[in-house]
Amino acid sequence: MKRVALYAAALGFVVFAGFPFYWMLVTTFKQNRDLYVGASDLSHIPWIFNDPPTLEHVKLLFGQTDFPRWVLNTLLVVAAVVVITVAVAVPAGYSLARLAGRWGERMGMGIFFTYLIPPTLLFVPFSRLVSLLGLQNSLASLILIYPTMTIPFCTWLVMGFLRSVPWEIEEQAMIDGYSRLAVILKVAPRLIVPGILTVVVFTFTLVMQEFVYALTFISSVEKMTVSLGVPIALVRGDVYHWGALMAAALFTSIPLAVVYNLFIDRFIQGFTMGAVKG
Amino acid sequence: MTPRRTLADREDVLGGVMLTPALAYVILLVGVPFVLAIVLSFSDATAGSLRFGWAGVRNYAAILADPIFLRALRNTAVVTIGSQLLVVVLATAAAQVFRATFRGKRFARFVLLLPWAVPVSLAAIAWTWIFDSTFSVINWTLKAAGLLHGWLYWLGEPALALLAIIIVQAWRIFPFATVIVLAGLSSIPQEIVEAAIVDGAGFWRRLFQVELPLLLPVVTVAVLFGVVYTATDLGVVYILTGGGPANTTHVLPTLAFQRGILGADLGQGAAIAVFLLPFLIVVAFAMLRLARRAEVGA
Repeated sequence: MKRVALYAAALGFVVFAGFPFYWMLVTTFKQNRDLYVGASDLSHIPWIFNDPPTLEHVKLLFGQTDFPRWVLNTLLVVAAVVVITVAVAVPAGYSLARLAGRWGERMGMGIFFTYLIPPTLLFVPFSRLVSLLGLQNSLASLILIYPTMTIPFCTWLVMGFLRSVPWEIEEQAMIDGYSRLAVILKVAPRLIVPGILTVVVFTFTLVMQEFVYALTFISSVEKMTVSLGVPIALVRGDVYHWGALMAAALFTSIPLAVVYNLFIDRFIQGFTMGAVKG
Repeated sequence: MTPRRTLADREDVLGGVMLTPALAYVILLVGVPFVLAIVLSFSDATAGSLRFGWAGVRNYAAILADPIFLRALRNTAVVTIGSQLLVVVLATAAAQVFRATFRGKRFARFVLLLPWAVPVSLAAIAWTWIFDSTFSVINWTLKAAGLLHGWLYWLGEPALALLAIIIVQAWRIFPFATVIVLAGLSSIPQEIVEAAIVDGAGFWRRLFQVELPLLLPVVTVAVLFGVVYTATDLGVVYILTGGGPANTTHVLPTLAFQRGILGADLGQGAAIAVFLLPFLIVVAFAMLRLARRAEVGA
């Protein structure tokens, strides 16, 4: 009896969380005449394929829209932001965890708090800043601004990560005659690799998800990223190409979700540090 | 042996050098714009020109007399509170389910995390399709189940549209909250739970009198992030309703975007966005208190 309740509850949560994705999947592969039947027609069941599935919408998405372009733009921004974030946040996290003494924790907290300042508070001044720099409507504007979101969180992640790495290895290297700088350059990188991987994945997911700054800075269709282009520019005129739209949403979400699943525990450690001991 | 005090061994110098780029980024591109956001709200700056004139409290006077703004402020509070209430209930319940072992748990967990992993804008466009006025699968299902006789124009009526926004926000955030609560559950000392069982406490008693009080700090963290994510979110409302019908479902971020960016009135846009600050300040204070308590407890 208890097992039944457990499975029923689990099923309930899976249905609630997963139903929009099932809907994306069904819409992606349905023929138009199966798709566009008014919901008041109770004889036509929308949950299943009433006609054979089709690749029509997928072909439209990859062949006749700017979607492939947006994917490339997004990957370009991801790569640049990853480089900047790793170069800036990893040394900062190390510094706060190992070099800054008792001020490290406080300062790390301070930097982390800036992560809470949302894009929707900053997009107005940024729109002015970006046009002052002559970066409006360019991917460079995103590459410049996205690290404001990734650096605070990743610095905090690396700091937290290093607290779980024993100090003895670095200490031993110093006893062996390494200078402090040599330890940082030669010993520490190997220890931080898993932390860096988390930083890369976090940055990747954040850039993939970001919408507000992209909407504010980018106006021409060929400069858009996936998360901006799909909801804003895939819809041309009054005709909603729901099949292609849902295909784009599906093909973007699934790889992201797979990556997320592998790293969620690390991210959550970042969010709960302090409130959960362990 | 005298310690070598070359530059390569000075921890303060090395620490400073390694921290400076991050500090510079945060100060120049978060701190300065943050101040600028507040300064702009007292100015008559527009997007078209680089002129920058002092406007005093004129922007604030204008928006406070504007029913659309007051409605947006109220909507922001309603959506945030409504969705976070749902999130707390859903997340504590889901955490109880997902701490147990059952067949297919890995798959279930994968699906559970989907709403949190998907980009907000893509989730919002999928929900726009789900709530479509003609093709809504929700309407079909309700009708097929005999629960609906008329028709629900989900995104066409203010109250329904607001409900739709709350549902989407709760859907998007509860997986994240669930995972945080699960992390909290696993840190509750097993002896306490076992002692409660030995003392004869049943499932509900254990849940409400033993586990939930211990979980409170973690649930608070989840809610605090949830508040920030919901109150400051632009994408869901922008894509789902665009603030419509007739400007009834705006929240602060969408109205700030409409006035500040689309309407090119940077001053007023900034003034509207500044009203997000109370939400953020409450959250920041609560988190600091939690962190301090954790420090004392440690």
